[in-house]
Parts: sequence; C-alpha cells; structure tokens
Amino acid sequence: MIPPGYFFILSVVLFVLGIIAFFFKRDLITQFMAIEIMLNAANLAFLALARSSNFVDAQVIVFFIITVAAAEAAIGLAIVLLIFRKKKTIKTETLNSMKG
Amino acid sequence: MAILLFFLFAAFAVGSVLGMIISRNQAYSALFLVVAFASLGGLFGLLGAPFMAVVQIIIYAGAIMVLFIFVIMMIHLGEGISAEKKKWTIAAAVFMGIILLAEIVFAVKGAPAVPMAGQEMAGTSPTEIGRLLFTKYLYPFEITSILIIAALVGAVVLIKKREGE
Repeated sequence: MIPPGYFFILSVVLFVLGIIAFFFKRDLITQFMAIEIMLNAANLAFLALARSSNFVDAQVIVFFIITVAAAEAAIGLAIVLLIFRKKKTIKTETLNSMKG
Repeated sequence: MAILLFFLFAAFAVGSVLGMIISRNQAYSALFLVVAFASLGGLFGLLGAPFMAVVQIIIYAGAIMVLFIFVIMMIHLGEGISAEKKKWTIAAAVFMGIILLAEIVFAVKGAPAVPMAGQEMAGTSPTEIGRLLFTKYLYPFEITSILIIAALVGAVVLIKKREGE
C-alpha cells in the first residue's frame, strides 16, 4: 500500500514544474502545455485524497475536470491559431502590442 | 510491487516534464508530455481508479495532445525557440518555483496527517462511476455537454476565415 503522502509530494513537484515551465518557455503553445501539467497535478492530488478517504464521487469530479480541460484546449488552441494568423508569431516576447 | 510501480511512473512523469522544459522543439515537448500524461494515467490506476486511468490515456494522451500536435504542425515557426532568451527570467522562474514549493510544503506540513481508509479498496468499477454520473451528477453532466458544444462552436467561429480576409 502506497502512502497518500507520496502522491501529494509528486503532485506538488509536478505543479511547481508546471509553473516553472510556464515562465521558462517563450511561446504560447508550450505555455499552454504547462497549464495542462498543472491541471494534471491537481487531478493527481484529488484522486489521492479520494483514495485515502474512500470517496468515490471524486472520480466523477476528476472526470468533469478532464472534460472541461478538453473544451479549454479546443478554445485555447483556436485562439493561438488566430493570434498566429494575425501577428505571424506566437512568441510572447514579440506579442507586446499592449505594452504602453 | 506497487511501490516499485509508483516510483517508476513518478520518475517517468517528472523526467518527461523536465524533458519538456529543456527541449527546444515544440513537437518534442508535446511528445514528452504524452509520456508524462500516460505515466500519470498509470498512477491513477495505482490509486484504485482504473476508469480514470483509461480516460486519462484516451482523452489526454490521445485526443488533447493530438490536437496540440496538429496546431504545432499548422504553426510553422521556421527556427525553434528564440535564442536571445533573457537569462534572468529563467533564474526568476526557478527561484519563484522553489519559493512556491517551500510554501506548499510548509502549508501541507501543518495539516494533520491524512488517515488511511481502513481496508484496501479493490478499485472503483466503471459501473459505479456511471451510476453516480447519471443519478447524483446528472445536471453537471448535462451542463458539461452544453459546455463542450459551446467550446466546439466557439472554436469553429474563431478559426473561420471571414469575408475579405
């Protein structure tokens, strides 16, 4: 039996790696991938807690999180494509038209 | 046995996320992420959630990452990521990440230890999840389907080429 603490530690590590990846990367698509990593880390913590408290409903909620993530990916990638079509780049360094 | 599998999957997940951070090619980043999501699916299976493991692999590692790879193919960025990356932003990212890690560890350490459920569950069957989904969580389920239709229509409207463009 694996202690749930191990899963929490792994979840925290993945979440922090996701945040580091978000700041580290310089293009919209990879930053979007970093957000997906953070969502997955949250799912892992959720399922670990569900396991340790024998709460089946949590799996249904994780199912909803995955579904909403799919919808979010569709919209987000559409926006990225739209930005690429208008600006011809997705590098965040060059997307600074809102800078004063 | 289970603990060995846990460490194997955890090493795969953390290693491939690190590979995704280090890789300069977006396509390689996406493939690393597929490995990370698949090993997370294995971890879900270890947590007694076999249905979630399958959903994770089919939807995340399958559908969502294929979507990402399609978009990477459509966006042709001649050379990889810009080389003139500012060094201090990397240092700041790592520094803030370490501070966040310390904060979360500090916050979690204060919480009382999570008690383990008495007996080991055999794992939740999809039947049970399906029953919950169509009884207790029927309204959220229906609302989610509306959300997905809205997302699909929104994506199509966003991408559609307008007249005179």
